[in-house]
Amino acid sequence: MTVAPAVPAPITRKHATKVIVNLDVIEKPMRLADGVEYTMWTFGGVVPGTFMRVREGDVVEMHLKNAANSTAPHNIDLHAVTGPGGGAKSSLTMPGQETVFTFSALNPGLYVYHCATSPVPMHMANGMYGMILVEPKEGLAKVDREYYVMQSEFYTTGAFGEKGLQSLDMQKGIDENPTYVVFNGSVGALTGTGALQAKVGERVRLFVGDAGPNLVSSFHVIGEVFDNVYQEGGTKATQHNVQTTLIPSGGSAIVEFGVETAGELILVDHSIFRAFNKGALGVLNVTGPDNPKVFAAVKGLAAGGAH
Amino acid sequence: MRFRASTALVCLATLVPVSMHAAVPRPVPTERATTRSDMVRIPAGTYRPLYAPPGVTSIHVRAFALDRTPVTRSAFLRFVQANPEWARGSVRSPLADAGYLADWPSAVSAGVAADLERPVTGVSWHAAKAYCRSQGKRLPTIDEWELAAAASETQRNASGDPAFRRRLAALYARRKPGVLRAVGQTSTNLYGVRDLHGVVWEWTSDFNSTVADHSHHAGERVGHAVGRGSTAERHLYCASSAIGATDPTDYPAFARYAVRAGLNARSTVSGVGFRCAAT
Repeated sequence: MTVAPAVPAPITRKHATKVIVNLDVIEKPMRLADGVEYTMWTFGGVVPGTFMRVREGDVVEMHLKNAANSTAPHNIDLHAVTGPGGGAKSSLTMPGQETVFTFSALNPGLYVYHCATSPVPMHMANGMYGMILVEPKEGLAKVDREYYVMQSEFYTTGAFGEKGLQSLDMQKGIDENPTYVVFNGSVGALTGTGALQAKVGERVRLFVGDAGPNLVSSFHVIGEVFDNVYQEGGTKATQHNVQTTLIPSGGSAIVEFGVETAGELILVDHSIFRAFNKGALGVLNVTGPDNPKVFAAVKGLAAGGAH
Repeated sequence: MRFRASTALVCLATLVPVSMHAAVPRPVPTERATTRSDMVRIPAGTYRPLYAPPGVTSIHVRAFALDRTPVTRSAFLRFVQANPEWARGSVRSPLADAGYLADWPSAVSAGVAADLERPVTGVSWHAAKAYCRSQGKRLPTIDEWELAAAASETQRNASGDPAFRRRLAALYARRKPGVLRAVGQTSTNLYGVRDLHGVVWEWTSDFNSTVADHSHHAGERVGHAVGRGSTAERHLYCASSAIGATDPTDYPAFARYAVRAGLNARSTVSGVGFRCAAT
């Protein structure tokens, strides 16, 4: 398991096995934006929750442990699970308790998991989601970089950027009017020192999820075209040469592309006010030589001219 | 298969209250049952439960008395001193799981002065029930608790008032993990009761019978319904919890019902306390 944006290494074994997953539910104040904190409810102490990678056919033994100081019971519904509530029915876990259930990873693909304890929207709005990749038996094509990006919304009592400890504004949630739309749990998680990295000539795969709780994502990388899109997190490259792919709330997509020239690529939800005013921005920093055959500024400020 | 084992444990716990009931020693009263200044009278009334049986839109609740505040650590310490079989380390395992009073410094100390005024938590349903009995009281039913908790400072039934709803949701949202405030600090509702929201979750006598047959008397139905597998459970995960709910915007109520569904009679949870009622 890894913390976003990291992804566990591809699975090399050629057989199914039993995988024991220990997942701790922790409630704690965390950074939502500069000067803004929010008491997040987390899988693994992070938002989005830790990324799990198993192989098609594996049997997963899921241990869900709710911290003793939690204020609420929690459970887990993995969309990869075939069974009651995706595991939620068997995993209602009171503070200080642990529950265990097993499931077979029957269907390969990239799946969202989330807390499904009533009231579900509150648990999801507080940060309880993550992703699990069930790698197909034949594996995925080799790439140079894999990253975990998950979009989600926060509905806070204060306005965007209002300092201090914020808490859930239920009415904003019901109205589907988020204060924040972010990648990987906070404004700026994927910018500055958090920016994703790649080198010119490499191939990149993004495992992109949308936790919602309400909005679908028009996921776009400014300055890049997706060579392959595994729509909705399925196992088939259903489309090539895609500018923007739609990711359902509670769904995912896998996108692949080569980076051919240096520069900053910008990850956005192209419902663009969200990127501009609510935080849905990330950076993929491509380093290496410029490739003027791919792109060249010819005239204008960027070309170094005075025009 | 640990999952099977834990299921069996829950089922075992389900049977325990019935078979163990006669063996539980009767607690020694630590205060005279006639001392009721710590209680207020709640007049008979009706409320709309989050999950109502088909055709039922409101539940009638008879008049009763309810503690003004949750039971504190200091009060529970006195109970433990008078009834040592309820001390940590002495309590028998069918009556409480391993977390019983786990946050107390020792079996005979409930902490420093500031801790003593916090609600006692980490007590099982059995322990809460025994405590109330020692006071000549009993646990409130879900119906009684919800009736009292529907009141704002000015209205008997404020549950449909959006402003009241928002305030409760904010109170729930603002609780800090691991931090319990002293009792009696939240505002007093119309009846004179405090802390029903946003401090601790509270035991009720019939906590696990959310969709129980309300034609039964409002006494203790737990004996035959403790544990998982009650009808409540089916409602309380995923979005299906909204199915059959009388008001899907009542998030605080969903949260309370989810907590109740996660408990069995042995459960000791750091955020679950109680208060007593009397007929």
